Amino acid sequence: MLLQPALVVSAVLFALGVAGVLLRRNAIVIFMCVELMLNAVNLTFVALAQQLGPEGQVVVFFVMAVAAAEAAVGLAIVIGIYRHDQTLDLGNINLLSG
Amino acid sequence: MISGVVLDLSNILGVLIALRPEIIITLAALAVTVLAAWRHKTVDDRQTAAWVTIIALAVAQGSVGFLWYQGYHPFGVSPMVTVDYFRLASATIILLGALLTVLLSLSYVERERLWAPEYYALLLLAVAGMLFMAAGSDLVTIFLGLELMSVSVYVLAGINRRSQHSAEAALKYFLLGAFASAFLLYGIALTYGATGTTNLLLINFQVQSLALQSNVMLLLGLGLLLVGFGFKVAAVPFHMWAPDVYDGAPTPVTAFMAAGVKAAGFAALARVLLTAFISVAPVWQEALWWLAAVTMIAGNLVALAQRNIKRMLAYSSIAHAGYLLAALAPGTVVGAAALLFYGLAYTLMTLGAFTVLAGAGRDGERTLKVDDLAGLAERRPWVAAALTVFLLSLLGFPGTAGFMGKWYILQAIVDARQITLAVVLVAASVISAGYYLPIIMAMYMKPAPSADSHAGVQVVGAARWVLGVTAILLVLFGVWPNAAMNLAQRGGSDLRPIRAPSAQEEHQH
Repeated sequence: MLLQPALVVSAVLFALGVAGVLLRRNAIVIFMCVELMLNAVNLTFVALAQQLGPEGQVVVFFVMAVAAAEAAVGLAIVIGIYRHDQTLDLGNINLLSG
Repeated sequence: MISGVVLDLSNILGVLIALRPEIIITLAALAVTVLAAWRHKTVDDRQTAAWVTIIALAVAQGSVGFLWYQGYHPFGVSPMVTVDYFRLASATIILLGALLTVLLSLSYVERERLWAPEYYALLLLAVAGMLFMAAGSDLVTIFLGLELMSVSVYVLAGINRRSQHSAEAALKYFLLGAFASAFLLYGIALTYGATGTTNLLLINFQVQSLALQSNVMLLLGLGLLLVGFGFKVAAVPFHMWAPDVYDGAPTPVTAFMAAGVKAAGFAALARVLLTAFISVAPVWQEALWWLAAVTMIAGNLVALAQRNIKRMLAYSSIAHAGYLLAALAPGTVVGAAALLFYGLAYTLMTLGAFTVLAGAGRDGERTLKVDDLAGLAERRPWVAAALTVFLLSLLGFPGTAGFMGKWYILQAIVDARQITLAVVLVAASVISAGYYLPIIMAMYMKPAPSADSHAGVQVVGAARWVLGVTAILLVLFGVWPNAAMNLAQRGGSDLRPIRAPSAQEEHQH
């Protein structure tokens, strides 16, 4: 029924997230793209759970909790780096390279 | 029949027994958090937190030993976590790595003024995550363990808030780590879509009974899982974060990442591949073959070009991920045993090497060059001797645990008739001599530049014990590997391929 379109949409969202991580240079935008990827996966789980039973929906709750923890830690790290560099452009954050 | 106590993991009591090490570590992490929030001003307070951590790790190791010697094994299909020798052997390696990290941190934290009271609590939480990764018999458990570990280590990488390098390392690790987690999760979702379950054993049963060996969704899921794990264990071409992060993080955290995070990643990867995906082994064996070969060659070649010791060790750690992948490539029980043995040896030698680095350097040790160690043998003969043992073991020199580990890996590869991979492994080891040996030559054959050149080398207190114990164990396992190898073989044999019960057997039950 709706499974096929839902899987395609989530695959497209995931691909958009990957493209964003690879192409954008702002740390927060990259993080948002990672969140987009996670939510694309959530959509996959929910769509599959329609056919395969509630286990997939349970996973979504775990993923949401994990994403919240990641956001808390990640934004703290972003603030930390902003205090040092006054920028969030990864092109300018390159003390470590080679 | 298997002897030992049968544990019913669908029962809460059974789970409580099976999860004893994890429960101890988690409770200790909470206790250390409270302790650190209550008192964290003086040196003594921080030492107390460290000793609570050490005791917790020791007690957890004791409970791992208890589970091992009681021979606990689960009844039927274990739902979320399992109890087997492979899990317990991996847990031992992880706990040993964490214990050595804490001992190494004791003096380092004071010297570098890393007075973050949450340091040890985060370390314990990361260990809890690692233990769950090694124990998980369900992709969801493994994912949650991995996230618990990763989120804790993101913070640890940036724990030195005065250092710009540390902040940058944390940011890079966080972004790439979260990116990798998303791939892993999509892999889990597609595997679930193809088989209708996330339990490792049931995935295999479904693949066999529904003949999903060439199901596109399943193979895509497997591919995404491999990419996710590839990032986590820093295999080429998914390694680009590793040198920067290892370089910028405080040295004890780097050692912890190189040893513990990698060991946990490989434990989970081995279990997923050998349990859930054993029926599609030819597919992932091909992929691991290439990953292993490219990682070994590229890691060692780039390490050759480094002059900075910390960065060199980072690339060396990438190359070692290649050796461990090579142990997994045959997809056999012998390979899993070799993986465990080499994992143990690698934990010891890499922690030892980073301990010397932490003692010899200043301000994050980022600037320590090979020539800065010239004449170290004259001034600090014991430190130089220990570093020599670690480097020879990393190189795979006969008489050290690193040699025996590589020997077992080669045996597993040759048994599976992957001769080319064996040749690549030996060639990569030869290349690695090009950067390990100059350090030893600098220490023993070059004169110290000035009379007080190594006065700043401080290996004090517990760090001394780390050096002594790791060096002695490496030589011991090098000349007398049987004890460790027997344990590794018992661990590896638990991952033997399991066939789905046929209809006939079902009837008998």
